Amino acid sequence: MASVTPLKTSAELALMAQGAGLPIARQSAFGRFTEAGLPHRRIEAYHYSDLRSLMKDAPQLAQASGSAPSDTVFGDLDAMVVTIVDGHLVGEVNASLAGVTIATQGDAPDDGLAKDSVFPESGDPVIALNAAFVDQTLKIGITKGAALEKPIHLRFVTTAAVSAYTRAIVNVADGAKVTLIETHEGIAGALSNSVVEFSVGDDVQLDHVRINLVDKAATLLTTLGGRMGARSTVTSGNFVTGSALSRHQVFLRFEGEGSTATISGASLLNGRQHVDTTLVVDHAVPECVSREHFAHVLDGEATGVFQGKIIVRPHAQKTDGKMMSRAVLLMDGATMNNKPELEIFADDVQCGHGATVGALDDDLLFYLRARGLPKPEAEALMLQAFVGEALEMIPHEGVRETLEGLTESWLKARG
Amino acid sequence: MVAVKETVEQVKELDVDQYKYGFSTDLEVDKAPKGLSEDIVRFISAKKGEPEWMLEWRLDAYRRWLTMTEPNWARVHYPKIDFNDSYYYAAPKKNAAPKTLDEVDPAILDAYKKLGIPLREQEILAGVQTSKVAVDAVFDSVSVVTTFKEELKKAGVIFCSISEAIKEHPELVRKYLGSVVPVTDNYYATLNCAVFTDGSFVYIPEGVRCPMELSTYFRINEKNTGQFERTLIIAEKGSYVSYLEGCTAPQRDENQLHAAVVELVTMDDAEIKYSTVQNWYPGDADGKGGIYNFVTKRGDCRGANSKISWTQVETGSAITWKYPSCILRGDNSRGEFYSIAVSNGMQQVDSGTKMIHLGKNTTSRIISKGISAGRSQNTYRGQVSAHRKATNARNFTNCDSLLIGEQCGAHTVPYLESKNASAVFEHEATTSKISEEQMFYCRQRGLSAEEATALIVNGFVKDVLQQLPMEFAVEAQKLISISLEGSVG
Repeated sequence: MASVTPLKTSAELALMAQGAGLPIARQSAFGRFTEAGLPHRRIEAYHYSDLRSLMKDAPQLAQASGSAPSDTVFGDLDAMVVTIVDGHLVGEVNASLAGVTIATQGDAPDDGLAKDSVFPESGDPVIALNAAFVDQTLKIGITKGAALEKPIHLRFVTTAAVSAYTRAIVNVADGAKVTLIETHEGIAGALSNSVVEFSVGDDVQLDHVRINLVDKAATLLTTLGGRMGARSTVTSGNFVTGSALSRHQVFLRFEGEGSTATISGASLLNGRQHVDTTLVVDHAVPECVSREHFAHVLDGEATGVFQGKIIVRPHAQKTDGKMMSRAVLLMDGATMNNKPELEIFADDVQCGHGATVGALDDDLLFYLRARGLPKPEAEALMLQAFVGEALEMIPHEGVRETLEGLTESWLKARG
Repeated sequence: MVAVKETVEQVKELDVDQYKYGFSTDLEVDKAPKGLSEDIVRFISAKKGEPEWMLEWRLDAYRRWLTMTEPNWARVHYPKIDFNDSYYYAAPKKNAAPKTLDEVDPAILDAYKKLGIPLREQEILAGVQTSKVAVDAVFDSVSVVTTFKEELKKAGVIFCSISEAIKEHPELVRKYLGSVVPVTDNYYATLNCAVFTDGSFVYIPEGVRCPMELSTYFRINEKNTGQFERTLIIAEKGSYVSYLEGCTAPQRDENQLHAAVVELVTMDDAEIKYSTVQNWYPGDADGKGGIYNFVTKRGDCRGANSKISWTQVETGSAITWKYPSCILRGDNSRGEFYSIAVSNGMQQVDSGTKMIHLGKNTTSRIISKGISAGRSQNTYRGQVSAHRKATNARNFTNCDSLLIGEQCGAHTVPYLESKNASAVFEHEATTSKISEEQMFYCRQRGLSAEEATALIVNGFVKDVLQQLPMEFAVEAQKLISISLEGSVG
C-alpha cells in the first residue's frame, strides 16, 4: 500500500491537453481536476466506478454543432423543447411558454466552491471538468406562482464523437408548478458531461425526469444538484438503457421545512454496460420527507452501481427518510454493487434503507409458466412489474407511458 | 415482573462509578525500551525465546509495515499516533515462567479477582461459577496462567498461550499463522505481526467437541504500553469450540493502542463460536484517555459445512475499528455476525463485518444493533460479496440503530456486491429513537426515565444477547446499562 504516483492514462492526458488554453476563470476548476486526475477505486465515492480504467479516452471538445434528429422519444408529447446539440443551444433563445424565462451566459459555473454550493466541497472531478469546459450556461427561470401548462423538455444531443459539456440552471420561484424533462441522445464514441442545477423556492411542485438513451458505445456523465425551500415537492425519475459508461449523480438538499422529495430510477442493462447512480440527500432542516426507490435489471455482463446516502444534520428532527435499491441479476457475470448509506446526527428521526440483489423468483416464474406463459414472456412480465415499481413514482402520465413502452421494447429485444 | 426487577437492580448499580475496572495494579515490570525499531522486534522475539523462523517472520512484517500508510477511510478521528512514543513490551517481573498458580504474583491474581475472573480451578469446581470455563489470562504482554490445561489435554484439545504454542507446536503455528489474515492485510495487522506479544492458541482435533468453554481475558495494566494480542483457533474436521474473550484496562489520561489479530480456521463440519465482550477503558466524558482498539478478526470457513459465528458486545474503547469477518470458502459453509455496539460520551465506533461468499450454497446472517448516546459516533460498516462461482449464496443483514440524545450520530455504510445471479442478498437498516409511546407506556407503569430506557434498550438488543453464552449474556446486559449511564434526561 505504498503511495505511488500513477502514470496518466490516455483519457487524462487528452483532458490535460484540452484544458491547456483555458481562461483564468476556469483554472481553479481545472486545477482541481489536474491535481487528482480521474477518480479511481481508492477514492471512496468512485469505489465501484473507477473512471481511470473505465474511461478509455476523452474525445476532442465539441466545436460546430450539427443538427438534432427531428423525432423525439416522446412522439407527440406537447412540450416546450430546448435543444442543445454538442454542448450548444440550437436556434434563438426564446421562451415560448408563459411563466418561463430563458437566457444563456458565459461565466464560469459552480464546481463546489461557490458559497452554499450543493456540490461536494471536496471537489467532485466530474463536476470540476464540467465547470472548466462549459462555455454556455443555460439559465431558465419559472416565475412566481406560474403553473406551466406544458413540460419543459431539455434535449441534449451529440452528433459526433466529441466531448460535450453542458450546464443548465433552473430557478423555480415560490408557488410555481413545472415538469422538467431531460433526455440524452448521442452517438457512439461521444462523451457528454451535463450538470443541471435547480433552486426551488417555497410551495413549489417540480417534477424532473432524466432519460438516458445514448448509444451503447457512448459515455454519459450527468449531475443533478438541487436545493429546496419550504413545503415544496420535488420528484426526480431516472431511466437508463443507454451508454457504455454512465454515472448519474444527485445532490439534493432540503433548506426549508415540510418538503418532500421522491427520487426513483430504473436501469435496464446488458452487454458490458456500466451504469452508476450516486445520490446524496441532505436533510439540513427538520420535518422533511425523502423517498428513494431504484430498480436495476442486469443482463449479460453488465454492472450496476447504486450508492445512496441520506444525511440527517444535527437539529433536522422529525426527518423521515426511506431508501430502497433492488436489483435482478439475469446472468452470472452480471454485477450489482449496492451501497446504501445512512449518516444521522439527530435523534428524533425515522430513517431506513433496504437493498436486495437476486434472481427472479423461481416460484413466481413457475406460477406463470404453469398458466401457459412461455419462459421469456413470463420473465418479461415479472421484470415489467419490477421496473414498474420505480416508474410508478413519475407523476407525468405521458412520460411514464413512454418509459413503460421503452421498457417493453427492451424486454422484447432480449427475447 | 422479573424483568422489571432485574432492570431496577441494574439501574441501582449505575450509582457506582461508571467504569468499574479502572483500577491499576502496581507491579515491577520488565519493559522494552520505548519506541519501535528492528531492535525492539528482536527484543520481543528474544524475550519470548522464539525460533529463528518466527523472528524472520516478524522482521519481514516490520519492514513491510514501514512502507505502508495508515488507513483513513473509517469514520473515526484522532490525532496522529506516534508509534515511537510507547512501549511494545511490558511483563510483570515476578512472573517469569510460573509453573503453577501459586508461583504467580499475588498482585496479579488479586487484579483478576477484582475483575471477577476465576483463575483457581478449585474455586470453579467448588461451584463459584455455574459452569466450567478454562481461562487464559493475558496481562500486558504476557500470558500469566492458563487454567484446565490438563483436563483439556485429555480430550486432545490444545489451549495455551501463543508464545507457548510457537515453542511446543511450531508445525501447527507455522501452518496456520497468517493464513487467514495475511501479513500485509492492513496497517495495524502488519504492525501486529511484527510486535505481537501474547494471545491464545487453540487446536481442537478431529471430531472433538471441546468439553468446556475456553476464554481469554486481556488486561492492559502498564502505562504508555500498547497491547498486541494474537489469537489463533483451529477447529479440525467435525469439531466444535466456543471461545470467549474479555478485556479491560485502567482509567488513564493517555490513549493506549490495542491492535489485535485473531484468526479462526474451520475444516469440514467444524464450528467455532467466538464471543467478545469488549470493555476497554472508554475515556472520560470529555474524551480524554481511553483505548484505541484497532482490531483485525477474520475466520476462514475452509471446509465444507463449516460454521463460524461471531458475537460481540462492544461497550468500551475510545475508538473501535473492528470488522470480524468470515471467508465462506467451503461449500455449504455458514457465517454469522451478531453485534451490539454501545457508544456514550465521546466514543467513536466504526465496526461491522465482512461476509465473503466464495463457495456454493454458502449462507450468512448479520444482526447488528448500534446504540449511540452522549456525543458519540457509532458507524456500522459491513460488506457482503458473492463471487461469480458462489451459486445460491444467501445473506440476510439487519442493522438497527438507536439514538439516545440529540448530540450523537448513528451511521450505516453497507457494501453489497453480487456477481452471481443465483445469490440472494437482503439488507435492511433502520435508525430511530426510543418512541414516545414506549416511554410513556413504561413510565405509566411507574418506571423512571432511566429504568424505562434500560428496559427498552434491553429489548432492542435481545436478538444478539440470546446468542451469547449464558454467563456472558448476564454480564453483557449489565454492561450495556452501565455504558448508557447519564445518557437520559
